[in-house]
Amino acid sequence: MTDAAPVIALRDATKRFGPVEVLHDVDLEVRAGEVLALIGENGAGKSTAMKCLAGYQPLTSGRILLDGKEVTFGSLHAGEEAGIVLIHQEFNLAEQLTVEQNIFLGRELRKGLFLDKARMRQLSRDYLDRVKCEVDPDRVVSSLSNSEKQMVEIAKALGRDARVLVMDEPTAVLTNTESRILFDQVRALKAAGTAIIFTSHKLSEVSEIADRVTVMRDGAVVHDGPVADMTEDAMATAMVGRDVSDLYPPKGRRPDDAPVMLKVEGLSVPRFAEDVSFELRRGEILGIAGLVGSGRTEAMEGLCGLRPASAARIEIDGAPVAIRRPADALSHGLCYLTEDRKLKGLLLEKGMRVNLTLQSLEKFGGLMVDRQAEEKALDAAIREFDIRGGQRESRVSNLSGGNQQKLLLAKVMQSEPRILVVDEPTRGIDIGTKQQIYTFLRRLADEGRAIIVISSEMQEVIGLSDRVLVMRRGRVAGMLEGEAITEDAIVRHAMGVGADSQGRAA
Amino acid sequence: MAAETADTVPARRRLPSMSVLGPIVALVVLVLVGAFLNPNFVSAANITNVLARSAFIGIIAVGMTFVITAGGLDLSVGSMAAFIAGLMILVMNWALPTLGIGIPIILLGMAVALVAGLLAGLLNGFLITTLGIEAFIVTLGSMGIYRSLVTWLADGGTLSLDFGLRTFYRPVYFGGILGISWPIIVFALVVILGEILMSRSRFGRHCAATGSNEHVAHYSNVDVNRTRLLTYAMLGVLVGVATIMYVPRLGSASASTGVLWELEAIAAVIIGGTVLKGGFGRVWGTVIGVLILSLIDNLLNLTDLVSPYLNGAIQGIIIILAVILQREAKAKG
Repeated sequence: MTDAAPVIALRDATKRFGPVEVLHDVDLEVRAGEVLALIGENGAGKSTAMKCLAGYQPLTSGRILLDGKEVTFGSLHAGEEAGIVLIHQEFNLAEQLTVEQNIFLGRELRKGLFLDKARMRQLSRDYLDRVKCEVDPDRVVSSLSNSEKQMVEIAKALGRDARVLVMDEPTAVLTNTESRILFDQVRALKAAGTAIIFTSHKLSEVSEIADRVTVMRDGAVVHDGPVADMTEDAMATAMVGRDVSDLYPPKGRRPDDAPVMLKVEGLSVPRFAEDVSFELRRGEILGIAGLVGSGRTEAMEGLCGLRPASAARIEIDGAPVAIRRPADALSHGLCYLTEDRKLKGLLLEKGMRVNLTLQSLEKFGGLMVDRQAEEKALDAAIREFDIRGGQRESRVSNLSGGNQQKLLLAKVMQSEPRILVVDEPTRGIDIGTKQQIYTFLRRLADEGRAIIVISSEMQEVIGLSDRVLVMRRGRVAGMLEGEAITEDAIVRHAMGVGADSQGRAA
Repeated sequence: MAAETADTVPARRRLPSMSVLGPIVALVVLVLVGAFLNPNFVSAANITNVLARSAFIGIIAVGMTFVITAGGLDLSVGSMAAFIAGLMILVMNWALPTLGIGIPIILLGMAVALVAGLLAGLLNGFLITTLGIEAFIVTLGSMGIYRSLVTWLADGGTLSLDFGLRTFYRPVYFGGILGISWPIIVFALVVILGEILMSRSRFGRHCAATGSNEHVAHYSNVDVNRTRLLTYAMLGVLVGVATIMYVPRLGSASASTGVLWELEAIAAVIIGGTVLKGGFGRVWGTVIGVLILSLIDNLLNLTDLVSPYLNGAIQGIIIILAVILQREAKAKG
C-alpha cells in the first residue's frame, strides 16, 4: 500500500495571516489505506495544515494535489465533495437538532417531496453501530456528552463515504474505552482503503495506531517517517526541539503525619456521585481517576459549591464547614479549576486582565475596581505563568490552548487557594506546556497547599499523584498509594474488577 | 489565530474602532445637518427642550443598558412607567385631603413611584432568575399586565392629578437651577453614576461577565442570579425616577402613556454600542443613542424636509445600521 501514490498531498504549502507565516513550505501527504499522525506543539501549524488540506482555508501559496492532480477548493463543500472530511476539534454539530438530523445534515434523503425518515433512521443506526455508539438517533445533540458527540461526528463522516478522513485531536475528549472503539474503527476504515490523518497530543496513541508520523514545529515539517522507526521520546524531542524526558517533577516528600487539610465524609451529588469520602493532607497531590461519566467532575463541583450537593461532614483544617455556594468554598481557601476552559473557564471575548481578576475582584478595590492594581497583577501573572503570545487587550480566544490554560491557572491562583482542585489540567495542550503545568502544581503542593488532580490521562495521574482515588459509577472504587499506583490497578478499579486490592482502600 | 490579531491590534490602537466612533460621528453629523437646515436647532431653548424630553427615555435606557449587558431584556418598562404614573396620581389625589398641598405629599408620591418601580423590577427579576423563565416571555407578560392595570385604574380614560397639586408639582419638570431643568440634571446624575458603575465597579464587571458567559461567571464565583436580579431591580427604580419627572409634565396618565418607550430605550442602548446578546455595555453610548433618536424626531419637526410621520422609519433604519456596524467591528476584532 505504502508505495502507492498519495491520495492527497500538500506541496510547498505556505499560509500567512497578515504578516505572520503559520505554514512554511509544508509538504504533507497521505496514501490510501494509510494512517498518518501529525504531531507538534500547540501553535505548530497542525490545525491550519489540516484546514488547508480539507479546503477550509485557502493557501497563500503552494499546491494541493488530489490523486496527483492540482486542485483548488473554492468552498467549504468542494473539499467534502472530493471525499475529504474534516472533523474539527470543536464540534461542528447543530446542537438543537437530533443525532439523525445531524448525520444527514445537508444531504437529507428524500422519497418524492418528503424526507425518507425510515431510511435515514436505519442508516444512522448502522453508522452508530459501527462506532459502537448506543446513542438513540432521536436524541438532541445538545443533550449528549462530549465523547458521544465525537462518536456522532465520526458516524457522520462514515455516512459521507470519506476517501480522506482528517481528525483534529479525536481522542482529546474520549475515555480510553472510547478511544479503543475509535481505533478499531480507524483500522476498519484503513482496511477499506480510506486515508486517515489525525493529530494527537497522546504519543502512545500515535505509536499504536499510526503508520507514519509527520512532526511539525513552528509552521514547518521537521520530521517525516514510519512510526516504527521512532520512539515516543524521540517524537517528543522532535516536537519540542529539546529533551523532555523528565515530564513529571519528582514526587513530594510529604511526611506521613502531615496535617489533614480537607476531610470529606459522605459527599453526595444527586444523579452523579454517592457517599464519596476521602482525606487530603497538606503538601500532597491526590489524583482522581475513573472513566468519563464516573462522577469525578460532578463530585468535586459539588464539593466546591458549584452544584447542589450534600455531605455528612466536610472539615477544612479540622473545623467543620458548610459549603453551599462557590463563595463559601473560596472563603475557606478551596477552589475548583474547571476542565472546560472555553465554556466554563474563560470569557473568550474579553481580554486577559478582565479574565485574570474576575474570580477575585474584591481583592482589587472595594466597590470600584482598581485597574492599576489589575494591570500589575497581570504583569506578575504573565511572568510567573509564562503566558505568551497575547496582546494584552486582545481577546483571550486568540490565545493558544496552552496559554489559555496557564491564564486560567493564574486566574484561579488570584484567589489564593490553599486547597486546589484542578480538573483535566492539560487537556489539549502541548507537551512543553504540560511539563510547565506539572512543575507548577508540584511546587504549589511543596509550598504547603493540597492539590486534587482529576485526569483522564492515565500517565498524568500516575506521574503526578502521591495517592490516587479511583471512582466508578459515582462511588469511590479504591484508593492507591505509592508503588501500588499502576495503570493496571487503576483500570481494574475503574472497571469494577479491582477486588483483589480492596485492602488498600483508605 | 494569533496571526490575525497581531495585525489588527496595532491598527485599533491608532484609531478607535468603528463601534466606538460610529455613534459619535452619527451624532455630530446629525447636529451639523440640523444646524445647517434650521439655525433654531442649536438654540439654547431647543437644546434644553430636546434634552428634557430625552430624559425619561434616557433614565430608563441607562437601566436597560445594565439589564442587556447582563444578558437580559425588559419589554415592560413603558407599561410599567404608565402604571406607576397612574398609581402615583391615585395615591396623591387620595392623600390630598389629609396632607394638603405641600412638600410632604410630593415626597409621598415620589416614594410611591420608587417603591412601586423597585417591586415591579424585583418581580420581573424574580421570575426570570429564580424561576428561570425566559426574560422575553416574563416581560412581555408583565408589559401586558401593567398596561391593562393602568387602563383599568383610569377606567379606560385618563387619571388626572388634582389641579392645585399639579401647579405645585410643575417645577419638578419645568423648573431647575441655573437655567438647567431638573429632568436634565437628574438624567446627567443617573448617567454619571451609571457610567462609573458600569465601567469601574465590581457590579459592572459582574454584569458583563454574566452576559458574556454565565457558566464562566458562575465558575468564577459571580452570583449570576443576584447580578441579574439587581439589574432588573435597578431598572425598575429608574423607571420610577423617570415617572417622577414625567408626571408633573402633563399631570395625567392614561392607557397611552409610555407607549413604545421600551422599544425606544432598547434601541438607544443598541445604537450606543451595547451588545444585544449581552457581555458588553457602555452607558455613555446609550446616552448618545438616546440623543440621536430624539434629535431625529426634533429635526423632522423643525424642518419640512421629510414628513415627521416618517420618524419611525428613520429610527428603524438607524437601529439596523447600528447593528450592522457593530457586527463588522466584531468580525474585524
